[in-house]
Amino acid sequence: MKANEIAAVIDGEVLVSPAVDVEVEYAFAADLMSDILAFARPQILMLTGLINPQTIRTAEMSDIPLILFVRGKRPPKLLLNMAQAAGIGVLLSAHSMYETSGLLYQAGLSGIGKLSVVQQR
Amino acid sequence: MSQNFSLFTRMNKDLPLSILHELTYEIQVSEVMSPQISTLPSTISMRDVKNVMRSQRISGIPIVSAEQQKLLGLVSVEDLIRALEQNKLDAAVTEFMATNLITALDEEPVVEALKRLERTGFGRLVVVDKKGNLAGILTKGDIMAGLLRALEKTYHRVEQLQQDEQSHHFFAALNSDETSLTLRYRVRAGDFIKGGQASSNIKKALQHIGATPQLARRVAIATYEIEINLIIHTDDGGYIVAEVRPAQIKVVAHDDGPGIADVSLARQPGYSTASSKAREMGFGAGMGLVNAERCADELHVWSALTVGTRVEMIFNVAVP
Repeated sequence: MKANEIAAVIDGEVLVSPAVDVEVEYAFAADLMSDILAFARPQILMLTGLINPQTIRTAEMSDIPLILFVRGKRPPKLLLNMAQAAGIGVLLSAHSMYETSGLLYQAGLSGIGKLSVVQQR
Repeated sequence: MSQNFSLFTRMNKDLPLSILHELTYEIQVSEVMSPQISTLPSTISMRDVKNVMRSQRISGIPIVSAEQQKLLGLVSVEDLIRALEQNKLDAAVTEFMATNLITALDEEPVVEALKRLERTGFGRLVVVDKKGNLAGILTKGDIMAGLLRALEKTYHRVEQLQQDEQSHHFFAALNSDETSLTLRYRVRAGDFIKGGQASSNIKKALQHIGATPQLARRVAIATYEIEINLIIHTDDGGYIVAEVRPAQIKVVAHDDGPGIADVSLARQPGYSTASSKAREMGFGAGMGLVNAERCADELHVWSALTVGTRVEMIFNVAVP
C-alpha cells in the first residue's frame, strides 16, 4: 500500500511525501519506541500516537519509510522537517490507534504476526 | 541472461529510445497482450456488437463459431461504423467482420507484431497460440503500456545491481595493512531533541562506505538504544565511539556516572529505572540493553557505582 492509498483508506492526510513512493506490505503500531526498535521490520508502516523528535529518529534507525500519526495529533513543523530530511513520509489520521489500525487491516495491510512471549521484570 | 546484461551495461550510455527498441525484441507478445477477451458468437447482429462495445469499452471483438468456438473473424469499431453508415445494424456480424485475420503468435517477440501492425495498418491483432487457439488481443496501446512497464522494471533492476555492487565492496576503496575509521560523538544528558544524532551519523557513514542495509540497520538500532541510555541515565552525558574496520565494527559508549548498581538486572527485559520524562519520550520500558544485545554479535557492560559505565558492542561484517 502506498502513502496516498493509506491516506485514502483512513480518510487522513499526507503531511510529508516519502522520498521514494514505497509500497508497504506490513504495519506495526506502538507508542513505545523501544518496541518499534525491537519488533518492527524494515520497510513497513509505523503507526504511533507519540509526537517527538525521537519518533522520527526511531523510524530512521529502523529503515521505516512511513510514519502515521494517530488520534489527530498534528506534529510540529520541526518534526516534519526532520522527517523530510530523512526521506521519511508522514501521514495523519484523525481516528484512534485502534480504529486506524482496523481500517488499514480491513483494507488488506497485514501485521507482522505473532511474537514470542518474554517474561518481564 | 547475457543479452540482458549487455542491455544493462549499455543503459548508462544509450538513449532510452534504443532501450525501448531492444525491449521489443526481448518481450513476448503474451507479456503485453490483453489476455482476458470476450468473444461473441457468429449468430449475433451488429446491434449486439455495438452494445457490447459500449458496455465493455472495447474496440475489437473476435467472433467465434457458436458450436466449436473456432475463430472466424474480428469485428472492430470501423466495421460498426460501416454498418451504421449503411443503416444495417440488424445485419449479422458475419456480413461486416474482417475474415482475413492478421494474427500474432503469443510466443513471438513484440517487434514482429509491431511490424505487422505497421505493414497492415490494422489497429489490433488477434493473438493465437501454437495450436491456433485464441489467446488474447493486442493493440498498439497494449504494446506501449507493456514496454513502459518493462522499462520501469529494467531501471529498477539496474539500480538494484548498482546497489548490490556497492554493498559488496565494504571498505574496498581503501587499502592498507590495517584500515580503520573512528567516529566520535559527545552525547548530552537529557537532550531529547538532538538525541539520536550520533546513531544517525554512524548509520549514514556506514551506508556511505558501502555497508549492506541489514548491517547499517542493526548497528544503528543498537547504537541508538545505547545513545538513549546515555541521555536518560547519565549525570553528564557521555561519548559514543565507533571504530569501523573491514571485518568488524565496534561501538563503545562510556560515561562518568552514576553507574549501574546491578548490571545483570539491567540486562533483563522489562527492568527500568528511567524517569517519567524518558517514558514520555517513548523509552524507559526496560528494553534498551535487551534490544542492543539482540542487534549486536557481542555486548559487554562494565559498570561501577559513582565511577561510570562502559558498553561495548561488536558487529561482525558478513563476508559476501
